[in-house]
Amino acid sequence: MIVAATGIALILIGLAMLLALWRLVLGPDVVDRVVAIDALYVNSCAMLLTYGIRLGTGLHFEAALVIAMLGFLSTVAFAKFLLRGDIIE
Amino acid sequence: MNAVADMVASVLVVLGGVACLLGSLGLARLPDTFMRLHGPSKTATLGIGCVALASVSFFSAREGAFSAHELLIIVFVAMTTPVSAHLIARAAWHRRLPRWRDEDTQP
Repeated sequence: MIVAATGIALILIGLAMLLALWRLVLGPDVVDRVVAIDALYVNSCAMLLTYGIRLGTGLHFEAALVIAMLGFLSTVAFAKFLLRGDIIE
Repeated sequence: MNAVADMVASVLVVLGGVACLLGSLGLARLPDTFMRLHGPSKTATLGIGCVALASVSFFSAREGAFSAHELLIIVFVAMTTPVSAHLIARAAWHRRLPRWRDEDTQP
């Protein structure tokens, strides 16, 4: 049962990542692209957690945690750059 | 016990997938940048939270001991997602991006 459920969830998260990728390619402004990259980070974190449940290993958890942290940092850096034209003043 | 935890984990993981898909649907379909910011930043917390709670339930039942380290991801995402959404919204405001008005879609 958990295998079927994680299969469905992986397909749904994959569709979500495709939609975010579409916004990343299409996005009329650079801010839309930053939002799309943020959504891609979050979705890949969820996808790694789901894949770890499917395989029954705790190995993917650390990768998901690192992706969540670096995604937040890169989003903050992008937003800071768009606001001020510089990251560390 | 094990079957119940499996069922809880299955329902939660599918709910998390649906939440992620809804957020990205909002990102892809809504008409302006400020609205598109809402989709992922609101549902990301819900999606990650559901998937991580499913992971807690699954690994707790599997190893026979409470597995709490997935709660770390929930706390981290719940703390950082509003901050990054606020910063992106400020950047979009600073760039004076066009905002959607109701009469744009009137025929």
